[in-house]
Amino acid sequence: MKEYKTINEISGPLIFVEKTEPVGYNELVYIKLGDGTTKRGQVLDTSKDIVVVQVFEGTGGLDLQCGVRFTGETIKLPVSIDLLGRILSGSGDPLDGGPRIVPEDRLDINGAAMNPYAREPPAEFIQTGISTIDGMNTLVRGQKLPIFSGSGLPHNEIALQIARQAKVLGSEEAFAVVFAGMGITNEEAQSFMRDFERTGALERAVIFLNLADDPAVERLITPRLALTAAEYLAYEHDMHVLVVLTDMTNYAEALRQMGAAREEVPGRRGYPGYMYTDLSMIYERAGVIKGRKGSVTQFPILSMPGDDITHPIPDLSGYITEGQIVVSRDLHRKGIYPPINVLPSLSRLMNSGIGEGRTREDHKAVSDQMYAAYAEGNDLRGLVAIVGKDALSERDRKFLEFADMFEDQFVRQGKDEDRSIETTLEIGWRLLAELPEAQLTRIDTEMINKYHPAHRAK
Amino acid sequence: MKGTVYRIAGPVVTVIDVPTKMYDVVKVGKEGLMGEVIGIEGAKSTVQVYEDTSGIAPGEPVENTSMSLSVELGPGLLTSVYDGIQRPLPVLLEKMGDFIERGVTAPGLDREKKWEFKPAITKGTKVAGGDVIGTVQETHIEHRIMVPPNVAGVVDEIKSGSFTVTECVCKLADETELTLMQKWPVRESRPVRKKLMPDTPLITGQRILDGLFPVAKGGTAAIPGPFGSGKTVTQQQLAKWSDTEIVIYIGCGERGNEMADVLNEFPELDDPKTGEPLMERTVLIANTSNMPVAAREASVYTGITIAEYFRDMGYDVSLMADSTSRWAEAMREISSRLEEMPGEEGYPAYLAARLSEFYERAGSVETLSGAKGSVTVIGAVSPPGGDFSEPVTQNTLRIVKVFWALDSKLSQRRHFPSINWLESYSLYTDALADWYNEHISPDWPLLRSDAMEILQKESELQEIVQLVGSDALPEDQQLTLEVARMIREYFLQQNAYHDVDTFCEMDKQYKLMKAIMKYSDLANTALEGGAELEDITSVKSKDDLSKVKFEKEFDEKLNIVLSAMDKEFDAIRGAV
Repeated sequence: MKEYKTINEISGPLIFVEKTEPVGYNELVYIKLGDGTTKRGQVLDTSKDIVVVQVFEGTGGLDLQCGVRFTGETIKLPVSIDLLGRILSGSGDPLDGGPRIVPEDRLDINGAAMNPYAREPPAEFIQTGISTIDGMNTLVRGQKLPIFSGSGLPHNEIALQIARQAKVLGSEEAFAVVFAGMGITNEEAQSFMRDFERTGALERAVIFLNLADDPAVERLITPRLALTAAEYLAYEHDMHVLVVLTDMTNYAEALRQMGAAREEVPGRRGYPGYMYTDLSMIYERAGVIKGRKGSVTQFPILSMPGDDITHPIPDLSGYITEGQIVVSRDLHRKGIYPPINVLPSLSRLMNSGIGEGRTREDHKAVSDQMYAAYAEGNDLRGLVAIVGKDALSERDRKFLEFADMFEDQFVRQGKDEDRSIETTLEIGWRLLAELPEAQLTRIDTEMINKYHPAHRAK
Repeated sequence: MKGTVYRIAGPVVTVIDVPTKMYDVVKVGKEGLMGEVIGIEGAKSTVQVYEDTSGIAPGEPVENTSMSLSVELGPGLLTSVYDGIQRPLPVLLEKMGDFIERGVTAPGLDREKKWEFKPAITKGTKVAGGDVIGTVQETHIEHRIMVPPNVAGVVDEIKSGSFTVTECVCKLADETELTLMQKWPVRESRPVRKKLMPDTPLITGQRILDGLFPVAKGGTAAIPGPFGSGKTVTQQQLAKWSDTEIVIYIGCGERGNEMADVLNEFPELDDPKTGEPLMERTVLIANTSNMPVAAREASVYTGITIAEYFRDMGYDVSLMADSTSRWAEAMREISSRLEEMPGEEGYPAYLAARLSEFYERAGSVETLSGAKGSVTVIGAVSPPGGDFSEPVTQNTLRIVKVFWALDSKLSQRRHFPSINWLESYSLYTDALADWYNEHISPDWPLLRSDAMEILQKESELQEIVQLVGSDALPEDQQLTLEVARMIREYFLQQNAYHDVDTFCEMDKQYKLMKAIMKYSDLANTALEGGAELEDITSVKSKDDLSKVKFEKEFDEKLNIVLSAMDKEFDAIRGAV
């Protein structure tokens, strides 16, 4: 491999190399520093005159005399079943003091687009044990369901609880968690690790950590490494893989930083115009393939800057992912855990994963009814603030009470409380029973007769 | 004509030493990746490549095919599932497995399959572009084989029997050979004799659409909606139920899992009118968000060209593009890679022109052969943050005649289809008045405007109710609120997953609305006559009316409810 000493410019995370032989786009690059250390980079732009390389570990310590080698291949992740139980850095090096992975295969970290025709529409219910998710925004295998949160909210706890409790009912299939931390603090990383160790989840997990003080550029490859590992475990080893990506906001920030360094024309709020495509290359790597046993389910976490759901990061994510779980500051302030606000939350694949034979026949009706009742009760709170509770009709007061009870009993649960779907629906029915029966317009009479506590008692 | 690669930056590749014309298709690199010339400067040409360019290096060969990006049009289109550049996805699956690798090509139409061709003309006939020379029974749809638009002459020989799409079936006197297949450049609209004024509604079976905001056959409509507002379901309902002979569905930058759902569901759906699988009259184009961006840009053109081709046979075609925002973003992405001067929000300055060019390809037309056909375009727009003032939505609204405003507040309330009745509009209602008069009932336009008026009044009253509660309103206004609620819940709400309710024909819509208005009239009269509001709003037949839309024997059940209603109001009147 030829080594070039022809860097003519270093700018932010980019280096510009001159007079090379033809270099391929997206190629992996090694840069050798004067002190003997090596950094890695990737070709962003290549022509006969100049090659632009982004350096993953940052350009600190680089000078124009550094040697640059082009490997002739794109970035690959060495994979093997031994990945399970390992903690790796954001660029895939062992952090746990263990040996390097002896690869069974080396896979391109960018993956390839799944042929839509090869996809199996996701329909298998995953029970997370959290009522607001299972009951109201059901997760299914192969789905990508992000948690939209804000700074200071317990999204990490929720993600961990899901990672701990997620299971497919009546199935004993191999299950793994791939965790990618992007720009998270050391403290957060440690609490994640502690939880993984405490619950013994580490042995069926692969962990990639890019910490807040690691180079931002590295964040661009961390989720890709994680998903490559996930796809490998899912499609080569028939495992059902849950991928937790946190925090996608840091990823998008890194993307913007790179765009600025390359002097690109910025899009909305300075984020690059291709952010949608870039995010979709990550999120779309979830799914189930016809005829293969494994699956990749994604739980990306992103903190909405200023709790603004219209900010480009949550907005573009929402267009790619199949719904979102929204963590609410108001509920958090009320001391409710998990503070999931079901109203703006949505699972687009819910309908295919619930109902008879999957969860229970009354699931959809109960969920719709609770949505409607909670939305109405929530609206009434605004009215009460103006006219006072006394001005409400008897019916309205019931709905107002329903909203309070819903938050207190259905939403609120313990951090280790693993509710079965039956329990979740039972709580739902118990709350609905407080409303006049004539108001349960979204539930068939048949279902009411079968499940309504007042009728069952008879 | 061969040259070499000069520079690669993502999907944009600069090539040198090869003469090109704008929009020529070129094969880039050793693997021959397909691309299209989008800029020429001196000896350098800029190419957008439809596949991933990783690993391509400067100096690799480039070949210019000297043809612009074209689609293959002929038997075999129906039931097909294509990517954005008309590569059949099932064939790609066979050739390269579950993931789409690059450098694989596959013709849009099956080259091996033989089709039974029945000639419709004889030797010596003078034919010109658009004339039908014969037919192929493709599915239950008759595929009319036409003379390509720019060809004319006298028929020297016409064959009959089984042919592949590339075999000659007709020879003209000037030796021109016609095959079952023709090619057409996607960025050019296919010629017609003249465009007609739209005068027939597209019946979608969705009450809020047909009833309140109809689109005409050959018209254009936009569905903007913030994410999570039920846009996809609405579009799928349209694809399933619209009364057009051909459906083209473009998933442009769509989610993979949702596309999988469409691909899985369509083949299982039956066409409500023929009982045949819906897929038999459908062409699906799927370019998910993680597939190459340049192919996404091309996908809408591929789709509309196929739509125009079926229109030219004299069919009514509906085309759904989901979503044109993703398409616009693809333009933006490519434009920014080209380092073009950006317009609003980074979109290229030609955004408005491209959008209007696309929507103008819709229309009700007299084809070259004198038949009548139409392409109705329904484009979804996904405004970032639900902000309708953004450029794609705004430029779209300037062109389209119908606007179905999806509202996430409604969907949170589980009001489906969550189309906001106050913000939506249709500019076709007048143009369609004659049709309604003839086919539904002369009083339909009146019923509709009454209903709209009540809904409008409701929103005004709601503001007062928000402040003082509904009990403080005068009784007649309370009744208006009640009727408005009935219109919303009984008429506008429609369950896409319910066997019966998923489709509602025009006649049923009319009767349902008429029944609600009948209640409104009876109730108002009774109220004026001194009856108690409580009695009026608690009539049982009113609640029963909410369920009739779900009934298979709609007419029967409706009549029972209506006569019960008459009786109940008689009783109320009697009591006063």
